Amino acid sequence: MGKLGEAGLAATAGPARTLGMEGECRASQARSWGLPAGGAGGDSPGGDAPLPGSISSSSLLQAEVLDLDEDEDDLEVFSKDASLMDMNSFSPLMPTSPLSMINQVKFEDEPDLKDLFITVDEPESHVTTIETFITYRIITKTSRGEFDSSEFEVRRRYQDFLWLKEKLEEAHPTLIIPPLPEKFIVKGMVERFNDDFIETRRKALHKFLNRIADHPTLTFNEDFKIFLTAQASEFSSHKKQGPGLLSRMGQSVRAVALSMRGVKSRPEEFMEMNNFIEIFSQKINLIDKISQRIYKEEREYLDEMKEYGPIHILWSASEEDLADTLKSVASCIDKCCKATEKRMSGFSEALLPVVHEYVLYSEMLMLTEEIGKLEDKVECANNALKADWERWKQNMQNDIKSAFTNMAEENILYYEQCLATWESFLTSQTDLHLEEASEDKL
Amino acid sequence: MEQAAPDPERLWQPAPLEPLSHPDAGLESMVGEETKGARDEGPGDGTMTENNFSLKKIEISVSEAEKRTGRNAMNMQETYTAYLIETRSVEHNDGQSVLTDSLWRRYSEFELLRNYLLVYYPHIVVPPLPEKRAEFVWHKLSADNMDPDFVERRRIGLENFLLRVASHPILCRDKIFYLFLTQEGNWKETVNETGFQLKADSRLKALNATFRVKNPDKRFIELKHYSDELQSVISHLLRVRARVADRLYGVYKVHGNYGRVFSEWSAIEKEMGDGLQSAGHHMDVYASSIDDILEDEEHYADQLKEYLFYAEALRAVCRKHELMQYDLEMAAQDLASKKQQCEELATGTVRTFSLKGMTTKLFGQETPEQREARIKMLEEQIKEGEQQLKSKNLEGREFVRNAWADIERFKEQKNHDLKEALISYAVMQISMCKKGIQVWTNAKECFSKM
Repeated sequence: MGKLGEAGLAATAGPARTLGMEGECRASQARSWGLPAGGAGGDSPGGDAPLPGSISSSSLLQAEVLDLDEDEDDLEVFSKDASLMDMNSFSPLMPTSPLSMINQVKFEDEPDLKDLFITVDEPESHVTTIETFITYRIITKTSRGEFDSSEFEVRRRYQDFLWLKEKLEEAHPTLIIPPLPEKFIVKGMVERFNDDFIETRRKALHKFLNRIADHPTLTFNEDFKIFLTAQASEFSSHKKQGPGLLSRMGQSVRAVALSMRGVKSRPEEFMEMNNFIEIFSQKINLIDKISQRIYKEEREYLDEMKEYGPIHILWSASEEDLADTLKSVASCIDKCCKATEKRMSGFSEALLPVVHEYVLYSEMLMLTEEIGKLEDKVECANNALKADWERWKQNMQNDIKSAFTNMAEENILYYEQCLATWESFLTSQTDLHLEEASEDKL
Repeated sequence: MEQAAPDPERLWQPAPLEPLSHPDAGLESMVGEETKGARDEGPGDGTMTENNFSLKKIEISVSEAEKRTGRNAMNMQETYTAYLIETRSVEHNDGQSVLTDSLWRRYSEFELLRNYLLVYYPHIVVPPLPEKRAEFVWHKLSADNMDPDFVERRRIGLENFLLRVASHPILCRDKIFYLFLTQEGNWKETVNETGFQLKADSRLKALNATFRVKNPDKRFIELKHYSDELQSVISHLLRVRARVADRLYGVYKVHGNYGRVFSEWSAIEKEMGDGLQSAGHHMDVYASSIDDILEDEEHYADQLKEYLFYAEALRAVCRKHELMQYDLEMAAQDLASKKQQCEELATGTVRTFSLKGMTTKLFGQETPEQREARIKMLEEQIKEGEQQLKSKNLEGREFVRNAWADIERFKEQKNHDLKEALISYAVMQISMCKKGIQVWTNAKECFSKM
């Protein structure tokens, strides 16, 4: 995945990678957080959970360079001391977690190491006379030379993301650009800025940026860099610099660009891709609906279960002999409720966003192919697209596999927890029974 | 004494519980062939399983249900279900059973039997019948009385009823009950000939008593309160359980859709295809597993329902007590007033208002002879009244004693049965969890191989 085999891609990727590490090039094998290479989403770039191995190798690295005491393990000091790494001027922001990417060195033959970490968080409401909108905080941490700093913090709104997507589509019409979450609320929510909606959108925007960061070509796009780093005024003036030759027309840009480039035709591959996209789109949409439905049913099941337990407590108040048993049953039901909640949250964290993202991907791909069909001359199987297509498919398979495996695990855990609860109830009841029986015999 | 019972239908409790561990609560019961009299309410004659009991042991089962058509009282055609009741007598020593009686009864005949028992054994907590119409249903089960699942559960409920009556130390000796099991034709006439309907207390009278009784036994007040609470809490529980079942059904069944879609999707996938296909199969298995799970739970609900209806039986005993107590209080009041009247007539003072007194005042005194006659009459009435009061008192105390004995028996039965039911609920949950773990483990394997 993410292989830079093809010439076209390699050309753009090459120089950036080795920049900035001219001084002390260490063959650090410390990978970040055990994340799988390239495509699998890059969900958690924020360095919150460093692997012990990485820290120690990094600190050793730094110790040698700085000639510090070996037991100096304040990695935060290291990560901020840029001059030793021979980079351009730094403007370190607030202290970050130890495992900064500064200590990661990338080589051309190790394209899978991440050097760009992005988080999207802290949605904030802004009210002006004209409108109300939400901005999201975007924190970028990077070790790349072409960035002026190792850390950036900016605020962007949904419009800005749209702008970025369009620029990427313009610049790379043959590549598969990750989808953005929906512009408008689909399912009849009343409030525009409902908490769940904001959170879902935030997660999707986070995914969007990380997908770009993981893409071997898109990651080096200039507009992307500006999006991540430019402060408000610089950013708005950059945006104003016209859209170039092509106007902002979303998907049609791609089609026009394709026809302009005169992409060569390869009918069989095109048909195969066509066929795949069509069926995939159908199926993923169905899976999305099914998954949403399951979530809804589980929610309603949980609501009823929450009422079920307390009735047993109520009953126990009128009983003597049965009171304890009834209370135990109530407590078991409550424990199962908690297990259900956990399962549901796992489901909504892992499976739902992944499936939905692919629904958006498939919509985009369908559109492309639709327009492609109209233009007789437009075939889309040049090398770049082919590689990107393969990469996309590979990612898709991994993502789907992980998401469903995770769902299965959540379910297993849920049933195991409930099983343990009821088994211990049963044991306690039969123990009591034996106790009582032996008391009777006395 | 205990017979190996391969057929779970014979168990006291509805299937699929394991047999009760209590040795007396076995499959068999005693029924007197020549009963002294249907209303013989002696104190409990020892347990059912005493070896010196001279009655034959029998087994009862309601083994089949059949749809019938016939003509009703208004000569209109109707469809109903008939149930086959089989009675087997068990030889003491070799434990073999022989089919002694087999006849068909319909639900209304069971009702008749129960109503009869209610009248003649007002101090007994009479076992309830299974519900007439399906209530607390969740969406899958139809509320139709002809629905085969409903009929099946009713069959089990009716068998349970008969077994409960047969194992009750007092009810089991009732002749009408015995005839119910053995005399197919003419049984209805026989029951009606007892005139029990006439003996039944009017509801109005009972209601009146409830509101007007001054000094009922405290224990009965508490019992009535308890039975109200029991009824209310079990109804609530059954309602919510039905909703939970409905939701759970939804969760499981929607997963089945994954199966179909995965299967279709696998057609276009090369590497993922097999994994998707087999995972899909497991999703189907998961979705279909809910049917059995919920059917088992229905039996649990039936066990709770029995005690829901038992609450009404408890209330009936309380009502009878109130009625008797009210009767007693009225008789005592009446006696007291007569005594007072007598005294007033004798001494000539009028303290209490009486119409006779008024008219006497208005229209002139009565003659001494008339007064004497009245006094004599009153004295006779007082004597009678005192006798009646005495016997009513005795009856009342007897009733309370017997009723309370049965209530204690009932309480123990209830605690035992409900505990077993709750444990069986846990067993069902455990089985459901184990199935879930298996299916999802299989699915996970398929997913991870994709």
